[in-house]
Amino acid sequence: MTYLAKPKLLRPDTPRNALGYTKRDYEGSISTLCAGCGHDSISAAVVQACFDLDIEPHRVAKLSGIGCSSKTPDYFLGNSHGFNTTHGRMPSVLTGAALANRDLLYMGVSGDGDSASIGIGQFAHAMRRGVNMVYLVENNGVYGLTKGQFSATADKGSKSKRGVVNNDTPIDLVTLALQLGATYVARSFSGDKEQLVPLIKGAMRHRGSALIDVISPCVTFNNHAGSTKSYDYVREHNEAINRLDVILPKDKITATYAPGELRRIVQHDGSVLHLRKLHEEYDPSDRVGAMNYLQERAALGEIVTGLIYVDSSAEDLHRYLNTVEKPLNQLDDAELCPGSAALHALNESLRGH
Amino acid sequence: MKPTNTGGPDYYHKVVDCQWACPAHTPVPEYIRLIAGGRYSDAYMINWHSNVFPGILGRVCDRPCEPACRRGRIDKEPVAICRLKRVAADLKDDIKEQLPKAPEKKNGKRVACVGAGPASLTVARDLALQGYEVSVFDAGKAAGGMVRTQIPKFRLPDSVLDEECGYIIDLGVDLHLNHWIDSLKKMLDEPWDAVFIGTGAPRGRDADLPGRKEAAKHIHIGIDWLANVAFGHTTSIAPRVIVLGGGNTAMDCCRSARRLGGADVKVVVRSGFDEMKASPWEKEEAMHEQIPIINMHVPKEFVHDNGKLKGVMFEIVKAEYDEKGRRKLVPTGEPDVFMECDEVLVAIGQENAFPWIEKDIGIAFDKWGLPVLNAKTFQSTLPKVFFGGDAAFGPKNIITAVAHGHEAAISIDLFCKGRNLELRVPPNFSLVSQKMGIHEWIYDNQVSEEERKKVPVKALEKTLKDIKLELELGFDPFMACSEAERCLNCDVQTVFNAKTCIECDACADICPTECITFTTNGEEEDLRTRLKAPAKNLDQALVVSDALKTGRVMVKDENICLHCGMCAERCPTGAWDMQKFFLQAAQAGMEAPRT
Repeated sequence: MTYLAKPKLLRPDTPRNALGYTKRDYEGSISTLCAGCGHDSISAAVVQACFDLDIEPHRVAKLSGIGCSSKTPDYFLGNSHGFNTTHGRMPSVLTGAALANRDLLYMGVSGDGDSASIGIGQFAHAMRRGVNMVYLVENNGVYGLTKGQFSATADKGSKSKRGVVNNDTPIDLVTLALQLGATYVARSFSGDKEQLVPLIKGAMRHRGSALIDVISPCVTFNNHAGSTKSYDYVREHNEAINRLDVILPKDKITATYAPGELRRIVQHDGSVLHLRKLHEEYDPSDRVGAMNYLQERAALGEIVTGLIYVDSSAEDLHRYLNTVEKPLNQLDDAELCPGSAALHALNESLRGH
Repeated sequence: MKPTNTGGPDYYHKVVDCQWACPAHTPVPEYIRLIAGGRYSDAYMINWHSNVFPGILGRVCDRPCEPACRRGRIDKEPVAICRLKRVAADLKDDIKEQLPKAPEKKNGKRVACVGAGPASLTVARDLALQGYEVSVFDAGKAAGGMVRTQIPKFRLPDSVLDEECGYIIDLGVDLHLNHWIDSLKKMLDEPWDAVFIGTGAPRGRDADLPGRKEAAKHIHIGIDWLANVAFGHTTSIAPRVIVLGGGNTAMDCCRSARRLGGADVKVVVRSGFDEMKASPWEKEEAMHEQIPIINMHVPKEFVHDNGKLKGVMFEIVKAEYDEKGRRKLVPTGEPDVFMECDEVLVAIGQENAFPWIEKDIGIAFDKWGLPVLNAKTFQSTLPKVFFGGDAAFGPKNIITAVAHGHEAAISIDLFCKGRNLELRVPPNFSLVSQKMGIHEWIYDNQVSEEERKKVPVKALEKTLKDIKLELELGFDPFMACSEAERCLNCDVQTVFNAKTCIECDACADICPTECITFTTNGEEEDLRTRLKAPAKNLDQALVVSDALKTGRVMVKDENICLHCGMCAERCPTGAWDMQKFFLQAAQAGMEAPRT
């Protein structure tokens, strides 16, 4: 079986963004995942988001762990920095990279196994520290690379392809992230790019740790009747609470909304999140309310999607640690090694006189 | 929009733009794949079946297929379809054994064809194969008609003409050369079951300007002059030549003049360069032979001194367009331009002429002197007389003449069998899956990124010295293969089944040209704007699927689909399949398939 590269021929009217790039310039190599994998749709959504945001590919670092999901950074942003870490260790490697070079845009790509099982500890700390990153979970509820065993996010009572019923309680990464202090929390579905692309864009323009839990059906092992992460099941039970439009400072606002229908949230960088409410009572700035809402809806068997929580004035790890403004690789010798006098002064300052 | 009906012969045929544009509907991608596979004889036979003269057309066809080629919409240039046809003709083995034979037992019907050009010979071939006794009459000394007399030998050598006319004559067609039919009435007195008239548009239009009569010795009608050159009656021309006219005949005239001693040859045209009737490549070739093309000059007078031509006086014009977009050439007011020359070739158009058809035998002509015909059946107002080629609707081109020939042959066959001429057999077509395995197809779905190959030519100095020396060398097998690989295989169709689609978006995500969209249905006008890539080419259809599970529809814009099969490769349920559409237009004697 061969995987042909996508032909390079472009439509004559192919759109270009402000940098002169086409969407194709944000693609990576051809996917070797199973045909129809939800992860490929997520890759396409990342490509679309980066194209729309005029992101310079070389200003992005994509890091991942192990698994089907963690293979995907090969399939988008072929001109960006990439790092495949060991299993479940993406958050700590990303945290280190982010501390060393704060100028890059960090995208952590992980799956339900990588983040909810082996890497759950790492996941928790990245969220609570406020690492400035987009944490993308491609969540299919099974271990695809080892032939479809239930993962930690599989719903209790859901059936495997071979008819086995899952008895374990699922881990909900969205609830966890809310509890752990993430400042941008969203859930989406790989089969709904209209929802997913703006959520990725909003996350990329957010300062602080942004989690997007994307339900991404595994066509090979988890797309049958009895699965709660199949295309059909997710479509049937999807409860979108809002629709997001990300408006950049350069954009003209053309859409009009009925009063009370829209919520405007200005992020630290001037980008504006336009949230069209689909559920009147829902308030995405209320962390406690969001957690309650999620529990209520989950009990009804609904899958809540949309921008669940956002704190537009959030700070991030750099602010907490009071790190230097410049990336470390831009500091010269004198700044990096200020000499023995400075060391002496520092030591003195730490002595309890 | 309603779900698109892709059944029937027409929907997918239209997607194969080259084949749809070809008047004879040659299955272009099919023979191009055969060329890529080195199967030149088979490629030739596919051509021979449809267009009868692959070697000739591979050199001098007007190639309506190439402007239609999908590759031209997405790459700098279309596939060199025409010259690939020549490859099939050049590199084939002896195909005589593969040619069909005329039945030994004739059907007792006799058909006369007047003129031995491409239309008549096509009629003769199609009917001879059905057991008709066909006689062809031509005033010339060899078959081929205008193709032999008008097209210079450096573009189309006699050997190619002889070979391909020969294949038809060898079917037992009774060919009468040097035989001028001077009365249709007399001919109709003989027991012909049907008569086909394919006598072309044999009269060159003249430039009736002051000085034309006086300097007549130095002013020639282009097509007559070319015929004289073709038959060797004219072997030289004076050094300074002006060719009047901007069509392909003008290009043939100027290039022939260059080879017969014309050192200073120029083409002078009334219209602008882009509006010239000549094909772009013919203009290019003329310019390659150091022939300037001068536009926006209208001839006013042939200047002479006692009958000795001195030159031509031109008025300079510019194009103005009225509110309806019609062009008018108006003088700029600049002083007239005088261009010196020794001889002039007038190539400003051709007309039909039927001096040998009596006005009282029941064949009606319209006000332009063209026969009144049924546009579908080519039958004239005298039921047993049919017209085709340039004789039917005025000057067109060879491939159109061939297409006319096929249709007229069908009509004659139906006529001789006493059947209704309007009830015509639809084309033969099939749609077959190309899937062999996972990511494996019978066709090569990798899209080549090569640029169009230029046909190598002989050195200019050499070819300008010998009017019979063919300029183009044709592609060698390596170039041919590389050029053939540029074909997008538009006949391998993306066939979608809404029932098995799970709406995973994989096809829409992978499509390199974003021609697949899943969206809510709407009217076509609105739908075209809502696709991932707006469908601006209104000539190209949208395929709209049946409603999917979510109530949405799949919409595919055919315009720039690369037929790379990636949608089908990424489809987890086989809702997409790549299926080869093969169509051959109906020909005389074909019966409708039983249903």
